[in-house]
Amino acid sequence: MPLSAAPDLTDTPLLQLSGIVKQYPGTLANDHVDLTIAPGEIHALLGENGAGKSTLVKIIYGVVKPNAGDIFWRGEKIEIASPNAARALGIGMVFQHFSLFEGLTVAENLALGMNEQRTRKQLRDEIAAIGARYGLQLDPSHNLADLSLGERQRIEIVRCLMQSPKLLIMDEPTSVLTPQEVDKLFETLRKLAAQGCSVLYISHKLNEIRALCEKATVMRHGRVVAHCDPRQETTTRLAEMMIGEMLTAPRPRLGLSPTALPCLEIDRLTIASDRKFGVDLKGVSFAVAKGQILGIAGVAGNGQTELMDALSGEVPSGKPSAVMIEGIEAGHMAPAERRALGACFVPEERNGHAAVPGMTLSDNALLSGYVRKALSKLGFINRPKTTNFAAEVIKRFDVRTTGPMSEARSLSGGNLQKFVVGREVLQDPKLLVVSQPTWGVDAGAAAAIHDALVQLAEADTAIVVISQDLDEIFSLCDSIAVIAGGVLSPVTRIADTTISDVGLLMGAAGGATETDASYRRNDAA
Amino acid sequence: MIVLLTNIMLSVIVTSTPLLLAATGELVVEKAGVLNLGVEGMMLVGAICGFAVALKTGSPTIGVLGGMIGGALFSLLFSVLALSFLAAQVPAGLVLTIFGSGLSALIGAAYVGISIERLPHLAIPGLSDIPIIGPILFGEDILVYISFVAVVGVSLVLRYTHVGLVLRAVGDSADAGHALGYDVIGIRYLATLFGGAMAGLAGAYMSLAYNTSWSENMTAGRGWIALALVVFSTWRPFWLIAGAYLFGSIMYMSFFLQGFGIAIPSQFVSALPYIATVVVLVIISSNKARIRMSAPACLGKPFHATS
Repeated sequence: MPLSAAPDLTDTPLLQLSGIVKQYPGTLANDHVDLTIAPGEIHALLGENGAGKSTLVKIIYGVVKPNAGDIFWRGEKIEIASPNAARALGIGMVFQHFSLFEGLTVAENLALGMNEQRTRKQLRDEIAAIGARYGLQLDPSHNLADLSLGERQRIEIVRCLMQSPKLLIMDEPTSVLTPQEVDKLFETLRKLAAQGCSVLYISHKLNEIRALCEKATVMRHGRVVAHCDPRQETTTRLAEMMIGEMLTAPRPRLGLSPTALPCLEIDRLTIASDRKFGVDLKGVSFAVAKGQILGIAGVAGNGQTELMDALSGEVPSGKPSAVMIEGIEAGHMAPAERRALGACFVPEERNGHAAVPGMTLSDNALLSGYVRKALSKLGFINRPKTTNFAAEVIKRFDVRTTGPMSEARSLSGGNLQKFVVGREVLQDPKLLVVSQPTWGVDAGAAAAIHDALVQLAEADTAIVVISQDLDEIFSLCDSIAVIAGGVLSPVTRIADTTISDVGLLMGAAGGATETDASYRRNDAA
Repeated sequence: MIVLLTNIMLSVIVTSTPLLLAATGELVVEKAGVLNLGVEGMMLVGAICGFAVALKTGSPTIGVLGGMIGGALFSLLFSVLALSFLAAQVPAGLVLTIFGSGLSALIGAAYVGISIERLPHLAIPGLSDIPIIGPILFGEDILVYISFVAVVGVSLVLRYTHVGLVLRAVGDSADAGHALGYDVIGIRYLATLFGGAMAGLAGAYMSLAYNTSWSENMTAGRGWIALALVVFSTWRPFWLIAGAYLFGSIMYMSFFLQGFGIAIPSQFVSALPYIATVVVLVIISSNKARIRMSAPACLGKPFHATS
């Protein structure tokens, strides 16, 4: 494999890390890591979950202090003591788990990430200027709690851009964007690079890295295992460098039997959202047959959250007949009753919604599994059975953890996602509704999750996948519907549609990607 | 009649002021994500410190400062337990209340039965002599004015300054605040210190203006009412004024009714402020969306920097 070229003597690197070591209790997160980023370079940092990428960028951003190693900024040896110091140098970062404040407005969130203070007027003008320049529109007065994930990420990016950074670190930035938004983001990043700003781009989407980045550093188990030019490599080659073994091709789907009986029927589901800038569901109807995988695509914040709440029963729907599970009216039922009918759910947010971060994996297994796996009797928890169930999930889904007694929060994003998906899959559901199943998850974990969903469908389970990742929907699902502004398009077979058709439907509600904010206001009025 | 009306209003103001002072302090503490249930204890410590200092120096005004410092120092005990050693905040606050009532009784044993000069009323020649309005608007003691200034000040700082924004941010997501490089623990220490000083001030008001003597447990649950007031206001400073004066009126009414010998069991009348507290809290918290929108998201959760 081509190693990185000998250092260009005429050009001092912007940032150089040498021999970085970070030891956590029980794990060596970074083991003598070297990394060199030239000015104006878009540099990819590749690696599976737990490979040490996040630790490394936290060290660069001054959040974590390394145990050993040197950091050189424009050739000078420095120490980055805090994020403030990093920002003062010109380092900006977009976090994977956004560092945003739910209770504050967009403008306040932006003000908090900056070293120099600005007046409200200055702030508003700058937000508007950056919005116009990079196509990242934001309404500064919105409350964060009312925004979708995609919109929240926009805030993080704008926050960095407002400080005219010299190095922009992006941790899994495209997971919540539509193809059009991704293109726009890449345009922004290329524009930045052309102006001399370097970008450190962390992602597991290898196609994106090949399209965007000119250098890549591959990490595995805390070590740098390769440097390469991603444009010269194939996706498979990159994936193998990252995982350290050969990838098996995804299993092909067997055809769907046309006589399959419907398992989930939604009939004119209409729910007014109780969120402040939420999206009302308007007459949503669809049916999913046994063994069918239905993908629901859409731009973030178009009613997906509300639909998920309505399907899981967290927000009961008005009429019992609006939701039929296995032919039984379930619209009025709470989640546990729906689970008893054979339905399982994986909500979008793994930390705090799908799993309780402060509880052990065993306790988390109990929380959703007690109905279908009979983990408690007469109100008493069957501890051995619960722990066995958690251990089985860990084993079958290759969750990297110390065991069922470790806390959910100690798992990396991809591992926790494997756990929460696995927990539902192993309950042998008749219906599985899963939202954003591979958000912020690396290629290996995503493949494992997709594989599990396909196997489940072969076993005659009806599956609904709500996702913003069109590649995922197109490779995984039999049919697709698009949600826009709380209205669901008719269901079409994947074979009968194309990505660009779907893209048009996603923008159907008044070009939601462009003028998201104004569209929402019209909708509320 | 005019005299009676003026007296009622003056009494209501005197009853409400300690509630307003203590609640303003606690609001700031909670906005930073810290739930300090030790208000009652800090008030008692403030009351006895204020009283003792006033007696020793002969100046009730210096006594007020003594009360503030006493309350603030006492709140450090909570901060060390809950912020540095990561003890759960609720029991740490209860420790403060229980320990504070004992400690104040211990210090105060030597002062029982002694009476001192009241905190002076403002006297602006001419203005303070106008009937009704004069004594109410221009003839109060300094702490009444301070209580209003504190509310306005806290509201402005929280809403319009960077310090206030950082404080709210830390209360909303300590992890995000830490990731952006803010000193979460330091900010929470300062907020708790402010809350302690305000509770101490409220306590000093009890022993230097509301009464002019010390007696054991003289705050009689006002610290708890102040805590309830913060929820009542849904963490908005100006609503504290409405709440404090509502509860102050109900408290005063219970004395007033007893004085008139109205045929309601006196136990019921004395329980009235606490019953009102429960009723109001139930009504407020029935609106879940409102609580969710306004409560600091990290309220009461310990924070530990993982790096």
